[in-house]
Amino acid sequence: MGMLKKIQYNCRQATFLLEKKAFKPLSFYETIELRIHLAGCSVCRLYGKQSAMINDMVQQLYKDSEKGTYKLNDSFKKELQLRIEEELNK
Amino acid sequence: MPVTQAAIDPNTWVNAHADYLYAFAIKRIADEEIAKDLVQDTFLAALQKVRTFEGKSSERTWLTAILKNKIVDVYRKRSSVIVSSDIADAERVQQDFFDTDGHWTQQHYPREMGVEEQYLENKELGQALKKCMEKLPALWLSVFTMKHIDDETSERICTELKVSAQNFWVIIHRAKLNLRACLQKNWV
Repeated sequence: MGMLKKIQYNCRQATFLLEKKAFKPLSFYETIELRIHLAGCSVCRLYGKQSAMINDMVQQLYKDSEKGTYKLNDSFKKELQLRIEEELNK
Repeated sequence: MPVTQAAIDPNTWVNAHADYLYAFAIKRIADEEIAKDLVQDTFLAALQKVRTFEGKSSERTWLTAILKNKIVDVYRKRSSVIVSSDIADAERVQQDFFDTDGHWTQQHYPREMGVEEQYLENKELGQALKKCMEKLPALWLSVFTMKHIDDETSERICTELKVSAQNFWVIIHRAKLNLRACLQKNWV
């Protein structure tokens, strides 16, 4: 009971568990801990929502950038091509 | 059914893969010069290894794997030359998030940002987040990027960046606390 009482008021621990949970299943005890905390803490519930939002946005940022907005300039490519041919003819 | 050996032809690499590899690198390194160097290094390293290419994956996948290793080298180098004040600053900010009992301090309460719906279509918010990421200490950003973007296993990240398992989760947590706070500060 003492431990559970503690988590009820510990936002640092609750946000830590939220982050861990995004990548790894929590232990049985951690799951209970987190659930009890979130049930009584609207601030951490909001944190969890925004944290998940940031995860999605990070994925999106990288997906967008892989659609080829970045291109090498032609002179660099030409040099690169020469470099490769040089190596091949060695 | 035997898999047909995928073809490999270094003469076509620049045309076929250079832009892709460059974009891949720049997203993770955020430095055009270094990204260019990495593309070149990748091709040169690949030339040395052409004979070990087994055709189990496509040429591009194979080249990307080589590039990934080079990116990790950059992460590692960056993390080892971290300005210690960098981390000290970020840690001080983080400590302020909670009081000694673990409560949010009042000025760091997460607040509604008014963007919780349709945030993926919000380009400005995306840009704001990008700026916040650039402010993270190099080691944190490396850990964060490897986990979120490259979906690397925690074990590999810990080994590559020489971070203990315990510290790994602490970094993931702190990086996110800082990112979220930065976003709220610059957005609301």
